[in-house]
Amino acid sequence: MDKVSATPHQDAPLLRPIESPSRNYYIIMGILLAIVLYTGYVYLRQVLFGLGVTGMAQPVTWGFYIINFVFFIGISHAGTLISAILRLSKAEWRRPITRMAEVITAIVLAIGGLHPIIDLGRPDRMSHLFFNGRLQSPLLWDVTSITAYFTASTIYLYIPMIPDIAILRDRGVRPRWLYEFLSWGWQGTERQHKVLDRAMNILMVVVIPIAVSVHTIISYIFAMTVQPGWHSTIFGPYFVVGAIFSGIAAILVLMIVFRKVFRLEGYLKHIHFNYLSILLLIMSLLWFYFTFSEYLTGYYGHEPNEMRVFWYKFSGDFAPYFWAMIICNFFLPVLILCNRKTRTIPGILIASISVIIGMWLERLIIVVPSLANPRLPYPTGIYIPTHTEWMLFIGGVSVFVLGYMTFARFFPVISIWEIEEGRKEGAKTVAERVSSYMPDSGSTSAGE
Amino acid sequence: MKWGMVIDLQKCTGCGECVAACKLENNVAIVEPKESAMGRTMLWMDLLTIHEGEYPRLRVRQIPRPCMHCEHPPCTKVCPVRATYINEEGIVAQIYPQCIGCRYCMAACPYTVKSFNWYKPEWAPGIRDTVNPDVSVRLDGVVEKCTFCVHRLQKGKEQAKSEARELRENDFQPACAESCPTGAIVFGDLENTGHRVNQLAHSPRATKLLEDLGTEPKVIYLKEVD
Repeated sequence: MDKVSATPHQDAPLLRPIESPSRNYYIIMGILLAIVLYTGYVYLRQVLFGLGVTGMAQPVTWGFYIINFVFFIGISHAGTLISAILRLSKAEWRRPITRMAEVITAIVLAIGGLHPIIDLGRPDRMSHLFFNGRLQSPLLWDVTSITAYFTASTIYLYIPMIPDIAILRDRGVRPRWLYEFLSWGWQGTERQHKVLDRAMNILMVVVIPIAVSVHTIISYIFAMTVQPGWHSTIFGPYFVVGAIFSGIAAILVLMIVFRKVFRLEGYLKHIHFNYLSILLLIMSLLWFYFTFSEYLTGYYGHEPNEMRVFWYKFSGDFAPYFWAMIICNFFLPVLILCNRKTRTIPGILIASISVIIGMWLERLIIVVPSLANPRLPYPTGIYIPTHTEWMLFIGGVSVFVLGYMTFARFFPVISIWEIEEGRKEGAKTVAERVSSYMPDSGSTSAGE
Repeated sequence: MKWGMVIDLQKCTGCGECVAACKLENNVAIVEPKESAMGRTMLWMDLLTIHEGEYPRLRVRQIPRPCMHCEHPPCTKVCPVRATYINEEGIVAQIYPQCIGCRYCMAACPYTVKSFNWYKPEWAPGIRDTVNPDVSVRLDGVVEKCTFCVHRLQKGKEQAKSEARELRENDFQPACAESCPTGAIVFGDLENTGHRVNQLAHSPRATKLLEDLGTEPKVIYLKEVD
């Protein structure tokens, strides 16, 4: 193949971070790496001394690790699921968004998937899950579905990246062996495009049910016990809705950051934020509907143990968190997003950050109060996370940023070839599609 | 054979002898006061404080609470590695070398009977000499709970076998039942009409903790009658 190398590319802003990274990039990477290394040390301490270094005790035997597990896996639903739905529904405005969303999934899923291992009292016996695993335990279902989701979503991230990697290869970007290897001999022939399209279509369809299963099964960990506040049939869909909700908020925050840092104003336009934020608004209403149904049925059932957990959340020790969650997940985003005047980029940023905080609080409110109110009269203290748990949370977030920055250093965060395809064929196919929706009157288009 | 326990609350004085005997018998770790205040006390047999009624008629009771050894244990259902299981004699057992420490069983137990080794268990020099050689000492990071003193069952069975006879009621008594000064704790085979628990379990005073959950506990309480 002939090299384009130095010739200015049409989508130069997308290639800039790869071809000429800035100095700030390395400074931030250094800081994050330091945080991650320190977190590693903190975790090593936990392995050496035991889980006693955390704030967990009886009866609150699950704390930050499980909360963050549910939270991170929830965020991971942004990516692949949203991208697959947008692709399947042929939403043309998806083009600059899909890649960014898929990367979130791959990285956050890896981090989230590690959390149950961090939570283990004996991580050295991890292999027991494979050699002595009981498939009747919801924890095993989780291992299975998260592994499947991680596999499917990384493939789904990689396959549409091949033509872009080939662009980098042809421009002679270093390290060349990397792009040479990953581009898999892509030449952009018609046959290759056909195979690529087919592979993407299969993956889209496969990935959606897997994504839905992942958070449903995470909810099953709680719902399959008889504990008050957990044993609820609504938990599966409630968790999935919450996951997509927090995921969209995460994509929006990331898009705003990249737009600013990489100067992608030309690609990520107001319309993209507008559409996604309306989706966020819908999810917020849906989330509220689920929350309302969950607590109202609990309240009317008036089962004494259920009510203890209920009041613990509504007016007891957890009331500040509970009401903060309602404000962060419902009132604030709805107020900001339903008004066109405040649905600006700063407004969307505030709403998204508020949703991310709110959804973290929701995980806290699901995990701790049920454990803190056992059925029998035990003395129960209040759960206070220690330095170790906070550090592992901060470390997890740092790994995410670090991972994303590493990805953005080597690969374009916006799919170049899909933008190109949109420019060339988007308008035409949409026009054809729209005309095929129209009632037949004399002149009929062939359609698809 | 279904091993079970009857605790007669009419006879129980709440002295706590069973708690101490259990702790010594099973090498249950003694945690530091600071840890204990956090809620990390390890007790296989605990005394529950139950408040009944309101002020002028307030009644405070202490009732011994071992593991209920449920017929349908919520804990064994969720264990990912079969580190807790119900054996054919109805004892819900723990396999310490198998446990990965996920604490799912603790979260699932409606009676909150399980303890976790948050740190490596340690014994003061004097106490270390009294450790019971029949009960394995646990590592840090595993879950443990009352086993109905299953090691005593093993001993009793061997004794009976060496004497070429059937296992008798007295061959197998857990430490709590043995130590109870008022004889409030009775232990035996719930299916054997010759055992005292069989009759007591059918007493009109018999009741079980959180019976409506359908866990079918094999620890039966005999209500107090005034």
